[in-house]
Amino acid sequence: MATLGLTKPQRVVLFTEDDPLRLAGGRTLGPVEVAFETYGELSPERDNVVFVCHALTGDAHAAGEHPDDGRRGWWDNLIGPGKPVDTDRFFVVCPNLLGGCQGTTGPSSPNPETGHSYGRDFPILQMSDFVAVHRALLDHLGIERVMAAVGGSLGGMQVLQWAVEHPEQIEHAVVVAASARLSAQNIAFSAVAREAIMRDPDFQDGHYFESDKKPEIGLAIARMMAHITYLSDEAMTEKFGRRLQQGEEPGFRFGVDFQVESYLAHQGRSFLDRFDAMSYLYLTRVMDYYDPFADPDAVTRVAAGGTHFLVVSFDTDWRFSTSHSREIVRTLEHAGVPVSFREIRSPWGHDSFLLQPPGYHPTVQAFLDHADDCRAQRGGA
Amino acid sequence: MRNDLRVVSGLVPDGSRVLDLGCGAGELLSHLATRGCRGTGVDTDEEAVLGAIRSGVSVIELDVDHDLGEFADDTYDVVVLSRTLQALHRPADVLTEIRRIGRRCVVSVPNFGLWKHRAFLAVRGRMPVSRALPHEWFDTPNIHLATLPDMEALFARTRWDVEQRVLLDESGSPLRRQAGGNLRAGAAAYLLQR
Repeated sequence: MATLGLTKPQRVVLFTEDDPLRLAGGRTLGPVEVAFETYGELSPERDNVVFVCHALTGDAHAAGEHPDDGRRGWWDNLIGPGKPVDTDRFFVVCPNLLGGCQGTTGPSSPNPETGHSYGRDFPILQMSDFVAVHRALLDHLGIERVMAAVGGSLGGMQVLQWAVEHPEQIEHAVVVAASARLSAQNIAFSAVAREAIMRDPDFQDGHYFESDKKPEIGLAIARMMAHITYLSDEAMTEKFGRRLQQGEEPGFRFGVDFQVESYLAHQGRSFLDRFDAMSYLYLTRVMDYYDPFADPDAVTRVAAGGTHFLVVSFDTDWRFSTSHSREIVRTLEHAGVPVSFREIRSPWGHDSFLLQPPGYHPTVQAFLDHADDCRAQRGGA
Repeated sequence: MRNDLRVVSGLVPDGSRVLDLGCGAGELLSHLATRGCRGTGVDTDEEAVLGAIRSGVSVIELDVDHDLGEFADDTYDVVVLSRTLQALHRPADVLTEIRRIGRRCVVSVPNFGLWKHRAFLAVRGRMPVSRALPHEWFDTPNIHLATLPDMEALFARTRWDVEQRVLLDESGSPLRRQAGGNLRAGAAAYLLQR
């Protein structure tokens, strides 16, 4: 499959100490630096922009090969020449999230007041703060509106929040495997993950950045548990069954014996190299509090703004099951917002949004092809 | 556009909000959009749904038999069942449910009472296959076949009033004379109001 080749990460300072970002919670934050990547070419009319929002632990490297290690972007199967997010036609922008740890300002960044990492002094974020930074990045790039905003899981929530706040800025919104309001079970999983991190003795009340120890055990356990929720029972059975890691006889001990245990241990370990425990706390908390339709005017605003939606869920996703997507669809549809919805059959659970179960990519492609047609018609008019 | 869809679209007032159950690739809704209508389609056929999305029609992939609870009371001006009712498992329940969602309903259905169908059954003793009913009995999507009086009895039973009835020939075009319908019509389109 065609890929973009090497893609170049960029960085920009969007807010400064003197001109800080005003957060939804009332505090200010500056400077704010953002890491982002772009693919394809911006049209002269600046009307072919597809903005990609990443999920909890994603980054700006959505497609192509990373210049350092050749690592493929996390959505490389969706974004590229001739793919649904077609870089031959569209100008794709993908930034790292505010509060993250992969190039954009977050809890591990230096606090200008102290010179040390923010740690727990980093302000609590809300979904609209992500959107504010995304909009500032667009502004920096000289782009007024996006043809489409696309995101899965937490990425889909950013897209929904953006459309709720500024529907006139988003012509088409693609919301995959997301939720407009977490259930008690969703929050419970996040709570356990956060507890694992905060109860790690090396957490040091969130001020571990200045020491030589990090809450690695807690973060690894949080990641292991999250991984269980990302896969379906069926997918785990297919992938690992009850197969043993070594030999044919069970060891009758407490160490890693089954293959699934080894897989989780590996996922937990490798996560430590690329993610920060404080970012994990901050970003999961944003999801817990997210509830855009609690404001009764929100959906009226979307209806007036003219955004067209595509909502996609996967039948074995139990992290954000189809009922979450249907709630979004119901709310939008009742208010007269144009919305298409599909539940895709996939054995892979929540992770399906990163994979290619049959019918998924063609659906996104059909929606974006139509978005492109609208653009062409406007251009011709 | 399919002949019968032309007739169906003629029964939908300009500017209506339309819910098209069994919308296929969204042909009707695309056409109605040119007349100021807004709407939503519902279908479960993958190719049809992709076609509808591709042409800019909003389509929600749901099972008409079971999932109409997703739609709120009084949210549509017109609900369309074009060549769909006879393919549903629970047509009476669906008609009742639609009464909650929309003030009006447009239904188009094939007519099992067409003289040719009766003759086919009487003479050959086998289930009819015709232009209006092109499938063999074992691979037909049409699982609830009825004559026009049967259909009208169901409308009455589900408390719908027939506001208008258009008899169609086997190709879906309106018959010139509307008399003697149950023998002569290959299908019919109804505008119902609650």
